[in-house]
Amino acid sequence: MSGTHQEPNYMAVFYSLTILTAVEVGVAYTNTIWPGFPLVIMGAMLVILALVKAALVGMYFMHLKFEKRTLGIIAMTPLILCTLLIIALLPDLTGANRKPEKVAAVQAEPTEASPAADSN
Amino acid sequence: MSHATTMHAPVEPAESPLTPESWGKLGMWVFLAGDAMTFGSLLAGYGALRAGSLDWPDPTKVLGINLTAAMTFLLICSSVTMVKGLSAIKHGNQKGMRNYLLLTALGGAIFLGLQAYEWTHLITGEHKVLFTTFGEQKSLFGATFYAITGFHGAHVTGGVIYLLIVVMNGLRGKYSAENHNGVEIVGLYWHFVDLIWILVFTFIYLIPNPPNP
Repeated sequence: MSGTHQEPNYMAVFYSLTILTAVEVGVAYTNTIWPGFPLVIMGAMLVILALVKAALVGMYFMHLKFEKRTLGIIAMTPLILCTLLIIALLPDLTGANRKPEKVAAVQAEPTEASPAADSN
Repeated sequence: MSHATTMHAPVEPAESPLTPESWGKLGMWVFLAGDAMTFGSLLAGYGALRAGSLDWPDPTKVLGINLTAAMTFLLICSSVTMVKGLSAIKHGNQKGMRNYLLLTALGGAIFLGLQAYEWTHLITGEHKVLFTTFGEQKSLFGATFYAITGFHGAHVTGGVIYLLIVVMNGLRGKYSAENHNGVEIVGLYWHFVDLIWILVFTFIYLIPNPPNP
């Protein structure tokens, strides 16, 4: 398929990726320049920018946009599995270990932290 | 029997249903899907360990963003030279293809050099980021950092060698405007390495720590 399609404008993709990388670095420094900037928004912006960049590479440089849809599904399979893995890890990702009462329990009685954790 | 053999052309292998150009391209896509699962698992595990840790160092303060941003830009540039190389051979320009592929390999080699410089700086610098310790702390920051960036670096190393093999095949006249599958397949691998670095750059280097409770 990719042998027959018209060549995409690679330089436009290159410029977009370069600009997006510069924006990413700018966003990463936002917290330094503006200390009160919400970290959740900053993190979300960074993830969205990375996904857009990854999509640009996949669609245009790897020609996924011009391939058969089934090949795209094969390429997307890891994303589905990673989503399931993240759901499985959600108790850790949501910071269950960072709750103040758990931190206090660990700091007060480090040797009994494990049984306390089990009872939670 | 021998009469029938001489009468009919040899049986062509069945055409790949998803990538009619070659089975090799489909094979590379399946390999990359599997490889992406490995990277995905590493990054998800990293996320879980980091979110569950109370003393995770702030990566934006420990790791240099400027150098890695330059490394990201370098890989993006090498992806462009890769597509230019494929474009050249599609137009029958063998010399152009070889030169662009050599530039791509050079980009990968410089990337590896910068990574070696970065690792040396982290290991011997003020933070003493080792595999099992971070200064006086025991967080898994170093272990996850070196495992993920090292695994990616191994892919870049493999990519540089793969590119050089393709260049040598090109010197022997293996590729042409009609037959450029080998160049397209190495391109898929190289762009994948670039794509993974884009994600690694964001998740390992840029995402800030949430405030401690």
